[in-house]
Amino acid sequence: MTHARRDVAIVAFAQTDHRHRTDGLSEVETLMPVLHDALGQAGLAARDIDFTCSGSSDYLAGRAFSFTMALDGVGAWPPIAESHVETDGAWALYEAWVKILTGAADTALVYAFGTSSAGDIRDVLTRQLDPYYLAPLWPDPVALAALQARALIDAGDTDERALAGIAARSRAAAAPGAAVPQRHCGTGPRAGQPRGNDGRAAWIAETVAARSADAKGTVRGSRAADDYVVAPLRARDCPPIGDGAAAVVLAAGDTARRIHDRPAWIRGIDHRIEAHALGVRDLTESPSTRLAATRAGAFDAPVDTAELHAPFTSQEVVLRKALRLGDDVTVNPSGGALAANPVMATGLIRLGEAAARIHRGASDRALAHATAGPCLQQNLVAVLEGETR
Amino acid sequence: MPEPLTAPLVVEFPFTRSLGPVQSAFLTGLRERTVLGVRTTDGQVLVPPVEYDPRTAEEIRDLVEVAATGTVTTWAWNPAPRRGQPLRTPFAWALVRLDGADTALLHALDAPDSDTVRTGMRVRIRWAPERTGAITDIACFEPHDDGTTGPGAATAHTSPPGAFADPVTTITTPARLDYTYTPGRAQSRYLTALTGRRTVGERCPACRKVYVPPRGACPTCGVATDEEVEVGPRGTVTTYCVVNIKAKGQDIEVPYVYAHIALDGADLALHGRIAGIPYDRVRMGLRVEPVWTEGARYPDHYRPADEPDADYDTYKELL
Repeated sequence: MTHARRDVAIVAFAQTDHRHRTDGLSEVETLMPVLHDALGQAGLAARDIDFTCSGSSDYLAGRAFSFTMALDGVGAWPPIAESHVETDGAWALYEAWVKILTGAADTALVYAFGTSSAGDIRDVLTRQLDPYYLAPLWPDPVALAALQARALIDAGDTDERALAGIAARSRAAAAPGAAVPQRHCGTGPRAGQPRGNDGRAAWIAETVAARSADAKGTVRGSRAADDYVVAPLRARDCPPIGDGAAAVVLAAGDTARRIHDRPAWIRGIDHRIEAHALGVRDLTESPSTRLAATRAGAFDAPVDTAELHAPFTSQEVVLRKALRLGDDVTVNPSGGALAANPVMATGLIRLGEAAARIHRGASDRALAHATAGPCLQQNLVAVLEGETR
Repeated sequence: MPEPLTAPLVVEFPFTRSLGPVQSAFLTGLRERTVLGVRTTDGQVLVPPVEYDPRTAEEIRDLVEVAATGTVTTWAWNPAPRRGQPLRTPFAWALVRLDGADTALLHALDAPDSDTVRTGMRVRIRWAPERTGAITDIACFEPHDDGTTGPGAATAHTSPPGAFADPVTTITTPARLDYTYTPGRAQSRYLTALTGRRTVGERCPACRKVYVPPRGACPTCGVATDEEVEVGPRGTVTTYCVVNIKAKGQDIEVPYVYAHIALDGADLALHGRIAGIPYDRVRMGLRVEPVWTEGARYPDHYRPADEPDADYDTYKELL
């Protein structure tokens, strides 16, 4: 099922300020304020939630079963109906949406968290690759994205100057004082919540430098934003590495209308996957995104906003093409994954940011996209609408 | 608040994987310096080969030999090679369509600098001197100026392709990931207190329960625990088991008793070993106290405290 047969809406969204490191906090300590924020916005307690679903990966922080520890932050007693996906939280939202469509739940809490700072994300993500032909070569995500970027440049779809423009636009959108509010309007400072915008405003540059440390952990020195990480991708074309969490509350029909004056109605969601072998795919195209968008109803009427999960500047080029987004569509007013990339939460944040824009009346029909795997291997597209005022 | 603690954590696993017929033939072929592809039902030759058609999901087994020369379809210059990657000096990652193949294989391309690499350039395989039947039997690609610009023709040597003596049927891929483990606020406070031989828990502001060791949240109420409460040092055995099998690498004599111990003031029992009493005399309600060894970061074990057993009603909620 891809088109909704029951009205379901995102009624609350909260996220941490995203930081390069959260050394002082366990994952549940990072997550808890966000859960309270989202539930508080919806005026619900954990016991009012019919279904809870989360997305995370134990590989990021190297902690086995970290998602079960994170449940401490929900208050899972008496026993709750709960599920977990080992991927981005956008897919947890999909599961929760389907659960509500079946009638088995009226409300759902969806959350995601990632502590990329604990390990070396460029090494960790090689472990999701084909273990026979790819993983033994340790090709890191920047290398794979750079192969895609070169293919796009060769095909005449973009050039390094255009990629720099995408990087600059994304970072400017996310910078403090930018015209577009960065955080959900209902989110205010709270005691005990990590504050500051270091993760959003900072480049990957310093993190790349820190991560290219030798085996003893000695940092080789800082890397400027226009230095190549893996050419043609420069540091500014890559996402920042950081820690963070996000949470969303879903509700059906009249429950959603009671909770929010302007719920962000989910008109459709679909997700599709492509062959895992990179050499089989045309890396300049994303047929899975196109198909998911078609099935989710994205082309049935124009959208005014698109929140795209493009960790690398070049991937925005692929997605704009696949989704046929014109200049009249506001793309990534949040800054997107280039501004903050808490892996496993970044896709869910795209859905949350799109919904928040509808909540505050800045959008009437928005597309949200999430991705997983190398070079946009898997893609999810959701279409959200506010009711006509 | 004390500094949050961190510690290095290494996760290392040697994955052993069995190979299917097509992967086995391909990797054995590399050992023999032969590259095999697989033909799909619509006639495409896939290299590296897979066992099911990515388009139709049909099982495919028709092996075809392709050349060790090919053409770069896309590439990326890697100025700073990372641990485990094929070359230690700067190199290009490249997708290479081998002559006779319709799809591209990812590997490293050894080139002096990025100016010498371009899409469409001709390359050939440099074989590793020692080959075991793995993708790393290809050491890398290297430039190959054969005067052609397009794909050359494939040449067949073996008949039938894929028939090798002593085929490779499994691969072992070691993987190592390095982490910095951070236990967080609550556990940092707990571990710091232990260095002073004090055990601290944290109280839930809602249900008032004291959790030891604390994890920062009350799992029942879903709120942060932040009131530090010193508990113990004495406690009560709430339940226990007798361990009769020696664990690998442990020098504790069996049988011994492993128990849940509710420290005085705690609402959650922790685990500990009981000693200083014959194993068959340990009982529920036994009062115990911690025994520290020099330089240890946590109690070595608990021994009987010199006092009467606790009444069942005092610990029945903690079972």
